[in-house]
Amino acid sequence: MAKYTIEVNGKSREVDVAPDTPLLWVLRDELNLVGTKYGCGVAQCGACTIHLDGEAVRSCVLPISSIANKKVITIEGLSENGDHPVQKAWDEVDVAQCGYCQAGQVMAAAALLKKNPNPSDEEIASSMTNICRCGTYVRIRQAVHMAAEKGGTLWKG
Amino acid sequence: MPKFPFLKNKESENKSKVFIPSRREFLKISTLASGGFLLGVNFQCSGPKGELVTFAPNVYLSIDSDNQVTIIAHRSEMGTGIRTSLPMIVADELGADWSKVKIVQAEGDEEKYGDQNTDGSYSVRMFYEPMRKAGATARHMLIAAAAEKWGINASECATENGQVISTSGKKINFGDLVEGLKDKQIPDATTITLKGFSSYKLIGKDIAIYDNKDIATGKAVFGADVDLPNMQIAVVRRSPVVGAKVISYNDAKAMAVPGVNRVVQIEGAGIPPGLDKPLEGVAVIADNTWAAMKGREALEIEWDLGENQTYSSAKQLDDMLKSTTGNGQVRRERGNFNAARQSAGKVIERTYLAPFYAHATLEPPAAIADFREDGSCEIWAPSQHPQWARQAVADALQMDLDQIKMNVTLLGGGFGRKSKPDFVVEAALLSKSAKSPVRVQWTREDDLHHDFFHAQSAQRIKATLDKNGNFSGWNHHTVFPAIGATASAAELHPSDGELGLGCIDFPFEVPNIRIETHESKAHTRIGWLRSVSNIHHAFAINCMLDEIAETKGMDPVDFILDILPENKDLDFAGEIKGDFSNYGEPLEKFPWNTKRLRGVIEKVVQESDWNKMVSDGKAVGFAVHKSFLTYVACIVEVTNGSNGQIIIPDVHYAVDCGIGVNTDRIRSQFEGGAQFATSLAMSSAITLENGQVQQNNFDGYQIIRMPQSPKKIHVHIIESMEKPTGVGEPPVPPYIPALCNAIYKLTGQRIYQLPIKV
Repeated sequence: MAKYTIEVNGKSREVDVAPDTPLLWVLRDELNLVGTKYGCGVAQCGACTIHLDGEAVRSCVLPISSIANKKVITIEGLSENGDHPVQKAWDEVDVAQCGYCQAGQVMAAAALLKKNPNPSDEEIASSMTNICRCGTYVRIRQAVHMAAEKGGTLWKG
Repeated sequence: MPKFPFLKNKESENKSKVFIPSRREFLKISTLASGGFLLGVNFQCSGPKGELVTFAPNVYLSIDSDNQVTIIAHRSEMGTGIRTSLPMIVADELGADWSKVKIVQAEGDEEKYGDQNTDGSYSVRMFYEPMRKAGATARHMLIAAAAEKWGINASECATENGQVISTSGKKINFGDLVEGLKDKQIPDATTITLKGFSSYKLIGKDIAIYDNKDIATGKAVFGADVDLPNMQIAVVRRSPVVGAKVISYNDAKAMAVPGVNRVVQIEGAGIPPGLDKPLEGVAVIADNTWAAMKGREALEIEWDLGENQTYSSAKQLDDMLKSTTGNGQVRRERGNFNAARQSAGKVIERTYLAPFYAHATLEPPAAIADFREDGSCEIWAPSQHPQWARQAVADALQMDLDQIKMNVTLLGGGFGRKSKPDFVVEAALLSKSAKSPVRVQWTREDDLHHDFFHAQSAQRIKATLDKNGNFSGWNHHTVFPAIGATASAAELHPSDGELGLGCIDFPFEVPNIRIETHESKAHTRIGWLRSVSNIHHAFAINCMLDEIAETKGMDPVDFILDILPENKDLDFAGEIKGDFSNYGEPLEKFPWNTKRLRGVIEKVVQESDWNKMVSDGKAVGFAVHKSFLTYVACIVEVTNGSNGQIIIPDVHYAVDCGIGVNTDRIRSQFEGGAQFATSLAMSSAITLENGQVQQNNFDGYQIIRMPQSPKKIHVHIIESMEKPTGVGEPPVPPYIPALCNAIYKLTGQRIYQLPIKV
């Protein structure tokens, strides 16, 4: 076991865990940030997607020892009041079915739009490789376009 | 438990009764507010022979003096939207302000809520009428109270947005009326009038799901998200082969992993493995998930792998296919197929193979149990069938039902997997052993290795055309290990129930029909997956019909309309050898009507590019299939991608599910059903060698992602005032053969085996 201090959603958090513990399990088991989901453990499905220094990454294969001073943002910290343009678009388009993958999808979409404020269908498909077993892909694409449109200055910042 | 809960008799709607719960019952519903007015709805459930087996309050509606309307959702939410759609019906009849209605998830308790088994696409079908009556009864009582207060006639009043209003413009909040309601009698059911369909503000509209915002912000609570003080996490190494037993194990290395506290053996049922029992295994219980996983890696277990250790699914599939050349058990017979064959001008004979499928819910099974010193146990689980889970825990731990409280979380996908309570039982056993709350966490590997799989299948269809080229004979052989075999090794043929799923109810006009089954054993756990044996039956039947049409030189749609009676209620009388379950409903109430099937065919052709057929490297395929009492026709369009892969730009569905309760959720189920079926058709398969599943994770058991997914899915809902039927499963069956038929038109290659290789 070892002590680590990491910055999660703007707050400094100290945890005492095995060095190879994936960030996913640190978030879920130690910090009770359970919005980030376990789906496969091998970076296949994307249910565990978080932002690490603004990049969408899969936290299930990211050992805590590799985080250092990089900033972690989870679904709980994406926006203060749940009103990030991507979250609003998800709500407005009624994307979710079971909802389990959607936190990861929202995080992947938010990171994509930050890099590419107006992605084409093909760009959305090639960068959002998260699995949705319920099959909400059509609405995910629609919601990304809506967020791109309504996000306004957010994507320029 | 019945072997096929999804086929249980569903005839309850006309026997429901609204009541005011006693003080004792009221107190049991601790999740509702402590004051105000509470209404319950009783549903009488009939046994298979029509006898009354339970008389239980199912659903509660409460109105508080602060105007809070609370409705209990007693069905499990796994993505269909049912947790929204049923309360919505109550609220609409009541005239509540939907934006302020609170929904509370019911615990699993048959005594309080009746049947809570959420599968078989029957929640809306079963509860549409009772929910309306519940809301309407409360509305009548509120109106009577307001009319009395105002000294006017009740006929001058109505409800709207949480208020009673009068024709003269008086208004009063529901909350201001509830105090006076407590002493009132429930009005006689015959005096309750339901609103007309045209006056509904929610039913028949696009209504967003209740949990939308929580999902988008990560606040929605799924199975593994529940946290309890002093909770430990368990990860289990289960028998690699069904029926394997632990000879011995060495836990020294596992116990040496920091955070690991205990290693516990779980006894499995052996063979047959059962539908509600854990597999044999060794559990590692630790302070956190990662330690439990690492501890499990370090376990050393010696297994007696048992009789299934030489099992090969490929070999079995081969044997199953060979068996279809012989005579099987005849399950339906019309005319004389052999005579038709002897006098035929042409015989077309084709075989169809489909693999085992895993549910692969994105949330793997997980359950939390807190077995307490006083001998009680509280459970939190993403369960489709919480009462079965509660019963299975009671059986496994030899407890009384009332010692077990069963809480239902949201389900991160269900598709039939989470009907089975094996993982819930594991949690309870381990919590008792560890003397602390325990979460059992299945990994993705666990989920794929130890699922209750959709059975692999082999089918052979022989179709005859007489000397004049008329379709004269249909001989369908189907063989697949039965679900029942998971509980009873004596089950060697598909059951009547499984044949009733799109095989035995072949609806077409052909003078000679023979449907036969052959024996096969289950060597792994078999269960039901979204639309069950409709999946492989619809695939074989629709691909074959497409081929017959081609042989006859006809357009497939014209051919099907040609052999489908204009307007007939089919009863298959005298032809089906066993029972025809009709999804648990009497045919008089839910007829098998050919006009409705024609209706969806005509609609989908009219709305799509069917009549343009092949142009510019595009091709379209068609299929039609009724399942779960819902009529669906599907047209899939395909093109060639730049690297030769199949692209699916457009899908058209026409659906007749009677009254459309929440039209947005009907569309979303079809959108998702098309994607789900694309995975089944193009990318997913479970195979076993040496009795062991060969796919470990999503790299081996592939689910389609956005690039392979259909781009546009158009859902055309037939306007209907027929009784509503479900839409969770019906999108899946016709999609696969429509895609296969489209691929044939594009590539010239017929598809006889899933998943499709092009």
